[in-house]
Amino acid sequence: MDFTEDQIERYSRQIILEQVGGKGQQKLSRAKVLVIGAGGLGSPIALYLGAAGIGTIGLIDGDVVDLSNLQRQVLHTTPHVGVHKVESGRRLLEALNPDVRVQTYQEHISAENIMTLLPDYDLVLDGSDNFGTRFLVNDACFFAKKPLISGSIFRFEGQLATIKPHEGYPCYRCLYPEPPPAGLVPSCQEAGVLGVLAGTIGILQANEAVKEILEIGDTLADRLLIYDALEMKFRSVGRPKDPRCPLCSANPTITVLEEHHVSCSV
Amino acid sequence: MITVRIPTPLRPMTGGKSEVEGTGASIGELIEQLNAAHPGLKDRICDEQGEIRRFINIYLNEEDIRFLTGKDTPVKDGDEVSIVPAIAGGGHD
Repeated sequence: MDFTEDQIERYSRQIILEQVGGKGQQKLSRAKVLVIGAGGLGSPIALYLGAAGIGTIGLIDGDVVDLSNLQRQVLHTTPHVGVHKVESGRRLLEALNPDVRVQTYQEHISAENIMTLLPDYDLVLDGSDNFGTRFLVNDACFFAKKPLISGSIFRFEGQLATIKPHEGYPCYRCLYPEPPPAGLVPSCQEAGVLGVLAGTIGILQANEAVKEILEIGDTLADRLLIYDALEMKFRSVGRPKDPRCPLCSANPTITVLEEHHVSCSV
Repeated sequence: MITVRIPTPLRPMTGGKSEVEGTGASIGELIEQLNAAHPGLKDRICDEQGEIRRFINIYLNEEDIRFLTGKDTPVKDGDEVSIVPAIAGGGHD
């Protein structure tokens, strides 16, 4: 793939990085990433990956932009209140970088649609807002052998992990075997979230994705990163592969995709 | 004393504190002692059978106790224990 002069200028600040170069830029330009949710996490993910020149960005979200979203969902602007999030996102991404092909799916991710979407993508970033979707996306990515960058936020706290069980690393269920039962969890609306925190975690997810595509650096494939925005502390803890994992161990109890219905956080 | 890091969702039980001190020879004893000082904490961490809930992890100095000896994992003065529940928010609602 040859770059135009405009493209070389656009990406010059990263092409001059030894770890990126022209070859790395080509990898980015050929990459296809699926962003689950065009919300608080999906917004910074899509914006930074779009700006970096990722070739194809898939956006899946069934919601429309609400005024209360704009405190953190920076992919959407005030004139787009009432517009479907994926359409609003597509417009901003195309204005930001016409090199990016934006695929939109105006629906919620489900056990029915996820396995038909995944074959078209190299990597998945989870910015979903409920446990059911998180476990579904983890399981589906395991079955489809796609790397997954998982990020989640709650009030002032964020968690981040790179999930690649097909390369011998732990999956999300090795970390948390089961979602919490319904009733133990308040909704995000009740819980609240700091807008900037969504940006912090989303951008770290984008960073992990870029490294995964470029095959550079150390990733969070065997660690969990925990961020406390109030105390301004980042910590990482070990994330071993669970020999009794219900999904990715030698003797799994989950062999088909199933959907859980639980909401936001503990 | 053992330093215990409390995650945001459980801080209402520790008067908003992100870190508390505890005692005990094992994780199980530590949880009992913490519950005596901060009533209700155990119910959030453990299920009806007293087992640690499967969406809550406890780390002893960065190591997940599920991969050590669970609630029997020995602890000693100076250890740092972190309680880390799964969180799911994506900033949508």
